[in-house]
Amino acid sequence: MVEDIVIETKGLRKTFISKGKGGKKEVEAVKGIDLAVKKGEIFGFLGPNGAGKSTTQKMLFTLLCPTGGEAKILGYSLEEQQEQIRQNVGCVSQAGGADLASTGLENLVLQAQLYGLDLSTSKKYASEFIERLQMSSFIERPASSYSGGQKRRLDVALGMIHHPQLLLLDEPTTGLDPQSRVYLWEEIKKLKAQGITIFLTTQYMDEADKLCDTISIIDNGEIIVTGTPAELKSNVGGDIVEFTFQSEEIVRNAEALLTDRIDVEKIQTKNNSLHLYTRNGGNILPELLRLFDAKKIEVQTITSSRPSLDDVFLKYTGRSLREDERK
Amino acid sequence: MSKMLHDTRLMFIRNMQHTIRNPVFIFASMFQPLLYLLLFMPLLNGLGGVPGLPAGKTVDVFIPGLLVMQALFGTAFVGFSLIDDIRTGVIERFLVTPVKRPAILLGRILRDAVILLLQCILITLVAIPFGLSVNGGGFLLALLLYALIGVTMASVSYGFALIYKIEDPLAPTLNTITLPVSLLSGIILPLVLAPLWLQDVGNFNPFYYAVNAARALFAGNFQNVAIAEGFVIVGALAILLFLWGLRSLEKMAS
Repeated sequence: MVEDIVIETKGLRKTFISKGKGGKKEVEAVKGIDLAVKKGEIFGFLGPNGAGKSTTQKMLFTLLCPTGGEAKILGYSLEEQQEQIRQNVGCVSQAGGADLASTGLENLVLQAQLYGLDLSTSKKYASEFIERLQMSSFIERPASSYSGGQKRRLDVALGMIHHPQLLLLDEPTTGLDPQSRVYLWEEIKKLKAQGITIFLTTQYMDEADKLCDTISIIDNGEIIVTGTPAELKSNVGGDIVEFTFQSEEIVRNAEALLTDRIDVEKIQTKNNSLHLYTRNGGNILPELLRLFDAKKIEVQTITSSRPSLDDVFLKYTGRSLREDERK
Repeated sequence: MSKMLHDTRLMFIRNMQHTIRNPVFIFASMFQPLLYLLLFMPLLNGLGGVPGLPAGKTVDVFIPGLLVMQALFGTAFVGFSLIDDIRTGVIERFLVTPVKRPAILLGRILRDAVILLLQCILITLVAIPFGLSVNGGGFLLALLLYALIGVTMASVSYGFALIYKIEDPLAPTLNTITLPVSLLSGIILPLVLAPLWLQDVGNFNPFYYAVNAARALFAGNFQNVAIAEGFVIVGALAILLFLWGLRSLEKMAS
């Protein structure tokens, strides 16, 4: 194993047995994934709900035994050295897990003690994070009274209290207001500047785009693509033009008209809209409009854009990342 | 081993803090046995003289059993607090730290046992003006027996809480266990009054032996074989069910 790799998985697999009406059924939640997270980077692990993202995260958290494959975290075997992994990795789950009936301070001190630190060191570490994450104004109140952003800061401090070199963050900004999101992004960047490696699970493309050095996208239990945000976006190609039409029938007509053109790389349709991937959106647009006009196809709106990570996801999966939630 | 003690101590303190912050619940769960003492025991006094209830000594027979009932019902529902901790992710957070797994449960169970003993002492004190006579050494040993019953019931409660992870099925499950177990232990009325078949069924109830042992201890009959029987049976049950609860916890992380 290369020394610079802090998380390495090979063919990591998880199968669940679900007992349904038709007897026992095997569900392959994670179908053998390879990951390589380099020391000091922010690694984004992206995917829609139910893609196998949380299952993978749980395996890395040592909360779920893999069905197959290997994984090494900080050089420790996930199968045999869970104690060492727990001692050296910081984990922040989506729920956070702060004890709401206790104050933030009590939470932090207990957490440090659970990592084997004595009381005075625990208090010292707690006050260090209270200052660093600006929590002093509320830290002595019960955590049940915290705002979403305040609680999330406490969650992150709980995961960091023992100064791990690797931090696993599970959807850290889900449910936060925009201001708190930006604040947390800044904090994550600061951690990176201190040399801490961060494995970040997220379903927000903008978050991955702003923060991550490397991104892996998981869908249906498989990694579909890995690369830097820039690489992934350049894979999508030049421009994306999105047309919307009155009805799905018109979308189909328009699609039929465009399929055979050589300057169109890929077409995807969804409901009343049609996405067109092309090398040169500027030139092709006027021509397409004339073509639609001639065939009496009425275009409602046109948007042309440079590719975003959302488009990356759409290109590789044929779906948008957060489709389920929009429904 | 020292890490186990260290972690158990931390978990015990954390849980105790929560209980002390809401002391109302300590007293709320004493309400039921106090009602039995005030509103049911007078009825029993009128029965004095039937087999198993010597005239004028009903209180001495009733109180040791009533405390077994408190041990059963007072700790049976502790699992609800664990479900809260599962839902808010607290248990998962503990599980990703190097904390010893058994300590997570032991810290809670020891808290429950301490609270239970406090309740038992208070109820006994209240019963003394009603004519209760109790052997001092026997009472201390009886407290140990009650603690073991508490450990047993708390383990059952936590075990199911860890399996269900939601409240709805927990209360019916626990009621289904505690009610027959307490009816068949001769707490309210001595089992010698029961028809033979009912006595036979009662013989399979571990808590029946606990009630007999507690009564012998209160009376100071240390030669009575029921005492050893009670400790062995309830002790074994406490260990078994604690291990079962622990397995449920470990399954959460597998």
